[in-house]
Amino acid sequence: MATPAVDLSAALILAAPAPADWLVVLPVALMIGLGAVLMMVRKSVRLHGGIAIAGLTLLVLLDAALLWRVSVHGPVTMVMGRWLPPFGIAFTADLFGAVMALAAAIIALAAGIFALADIDASGRRYGFYPFLMLLMAGVSGAFLTGDIFNLYVWFEVLLISSFGLLILGSQPEQIDGALKYAVLNLIGTTLFLIAVGYLYAIFGTLNMADIARKAAGLREAAPLTTLTALFILAFAIKAAAFPVNFWLPASYHTPRVVVSALFGGLLTKVGIYSLIRVTVMLFPVEREALSLIVAISAALTMLVGALGALAQNDIRRLVGYVVIAGIGNMMAGVAIGTPAAVSGAILYALHSVVTMTALYLVAGEAGRLGGTWALSGLGGLYRKAPWFSGASFLLFLAASGLPPLSGLWPKVALLKASLDIGAWWLAAAILLSAFLITLALARVFLLAFWRPRPDPVPEAAAPAGTSVDWRVALPLGCLTALVVLFGLLPEPLLDLAQRAAEGLGEPAAYIQSVFPGGTAR
Amino acid sequence: MNTLILRTVAPSLTALMLLFSVFVLLRGHNEPGGGFIGGLIAASALAIYGIAFGVPSVRRAIRFHPMAIAGFGLLLATLSGALSIVFGVPFMTGLWVYPVIFDVELPLSTVMSFDIGVYLVVVGAITSIALALEQEPGSDVEEKD
Amino acid sequence: MEALFSILIGLFFAGAIYLILSKSTVRILLGVALLGNAVNLLLFTAGRLTREVPPIIPVGMDVLSPGAANPLPQALILTAIVISFSFFAFLLVLTYRAYQELGTDDTDEMRLAEPRNEQLPPMGY
Repeated sequence: MATPAVDLSAALILAAPAPADWLVVLPVALMIGLGAVLMMVRKSVRLHGGIAIAGLTLLVLLDAALLWRVSVHGPVTMVMGRWLPPFGIAFTADLFGAVMALAAAIIALAAGIFALADIDASGRRYGFYPFLMLLMAGVSGAFLTGDIFNLYVWFEVLLISSFGLLILGSQPEQIDGALKYAVLNLIGTTLFLIAVGYLYAIFGTLNMADIARKAAGLREAAPLTTLTALFILAFAIKAAAFPVNFWLPASYHTPRVVVSALFGGLLTKVGIYSLIRVTVMLFPVEREALSLIVAISAALTMLVGALGALAQNDIRRLVGYVVIAGIGNMMAGVAIGTPAAVSGAILYALHSVVTMTALYLVAGEAGRLGGTWALSGLGGLYRKAPWFSGASFLLFLAASGLPPLSGLWPKVALLKASLDIGAWWLAAAILLSAFLITLALARVFLLAFWRPRPDPVPEAAAPAGTSVDWRVALPLGCLTALVVLFGLLPEPLLDLAQRAAEGLGEPAAYIQSVFPGGTAR
Repeated sequence: MNTLILRTVAPSLTALMLLFSVFVLLRGHNEPGGGFIGGLIAASALAIYGIAFGVPSVRRAIRFHPMAIAGFGLLLATLSGALSIVFGVPFMTGLWVYPVIFDVELPLSTVMSFDIGVYLVVVGAITSIALALEQEPGSDVEEKD
Repeated sequence: MEALFSILIGLFFAGAIYLILSKSTVRILLGVALLGNAVNLLLFTAGRLTREVPPIIPVGMDVLSPGAANPLPQALILTAIVISFSFFAFLLVLTYRAYQELGTDDTDEMRLAEPRNEQLPPMGY
């Protein structure tokens, strides 16, 4: 082969990457590789659980190492195929991305263990664990990528795996829910792609650090506010914000409960993550211009979620509305946009990832123990499983935002931030929504757990289960422990969220990580 | 659809299209073509075979379940990317070897193995969708293997 | 040229949105497919239009010949085509199954997941 005559350093990064840089890529590569392996051994369903749980444990460790690295040394970047950024696709992890990836990995591990009990052999043969791995590849990729088109690709990866998970079992009810979920989410990601197209036409680059660098210079010349509005709409569909939230209560209660738990914990939060990443980091000025609309949408999302939760008889649908109410709180943080508010939104996202997953698991276990999902038919769970009921009670408190659990701190941060800028009505919406959610969840506890089992049982379809399995108790116990821990010792996480929000507001370190020389092309 | 004409033509057509798909796959390295389009051609070849002879005979002919083929392709593509961890270059960097076989220098690379992975993913995924659509309505037995 | 493409893209979007607003799932599906194509054209136009110089490095050269088309939008479109194609295939199967299982293609009649007269939760013990 002839030696190339051109200067390679103009196109390639010739220095070897630091071994720690691999931490950015490995979570995604690991999940894709394991998903592929599980697809190959699809008939040996006995192997699936072991491989998947070992892989997810490794994922948690990798993400924890990445978070530690980012927290000590600042953002980490690796560019695919040695191409110089912005030409190569960059994976960049800052504190926000790393901490979200870690939270996602933890709940995926919890769901993986819970699924050992919840997903039967036929569900595994249809590919629960491969889809779980690919879903986690998509979620980790979305949290760790530094390229906006790549973010779109990861959205699609997690979307297509979520379709697979959603129709696992192929009940008519699931197909009904999946059709609505699929079409509306597909339209959402298509809107995202449209926005990416316009963004490329304006900036001529897709690298987020590059966009952040150039946005200031293009602000006068290009319709960036319109572009940002398009991004906000696309991510609002993904996050299920009012008025584009109706796909969530139509579909989230139909699949197996562990799938609902994964979706409730992860998918909407990916939407919120992207919303924060794009509006706060890339287009802060435009976010300011659109903040009133986002704030109104946030307030309505909270109220719609809370009122919807009050009106539900099916506990899984009720939890779906609680998820929506939480999205409203995070949107409020985006609307306010001060570093304190953004750190509140990040905290809320972390709390929500863990709590919503746990709530769905509680709903699933309550339904199994009681033999029905309907509040009108449930009862006597406290007598049957006191420890499970205790954990559920703690989680209900956390989801309502009552002290001393994890829901309190993000709500306090958001309330304080909204009062600081004088948005009393937003603060009132946060409080009212929290109050209504408290009512809804307290009623669940009273009816399903506290009161004696109604006799005769109105519509008990399935025979009621008996004791709580360890595969249910372990993940639920760990998630509850996390919630309690964060409620009692919030300092480290508060500090982390504060630093993550500052990193988003002033992305100098992020840009420095992608362009170490600081040189434009 | 399984007329005599189609049933006569289908085996040779399938063989020809599969051969052509490999040609397109390998050509894709320096010229238009590549794993994705090659995989589509191969998948449509299998779809034609399925139309002519029914889904079970396709499943017998390809031996492995289509999703297992897709899984293998995905694994191959991931490993091609991850191989660069050994050589101290970033993820997905193309690595080349030039073995001389029978006096012909043969450029092999991770780029090519990645492309073969893409080919297999497309073949597996599209074939499994096509077979699911070709399945006789009511005979919901695609997972019996 | 760009102006002509913009009008075409607008027509595509109009058709897609009209179809998506329909109640019949098959029309929605066609609308989604049309929407994907509209976006691909949009991406293509976003990369500026040039004529007749494909972005392929000629034999013996190291860089693209001057005036070549921008290859990045083409790569983006290829990715988007692949993704929208696989989604379309999936949605096609899903719609078909939905028609088989639910016996209707009218989204208003698909109320299995959200029944019409759902009971309210008990108001007290």
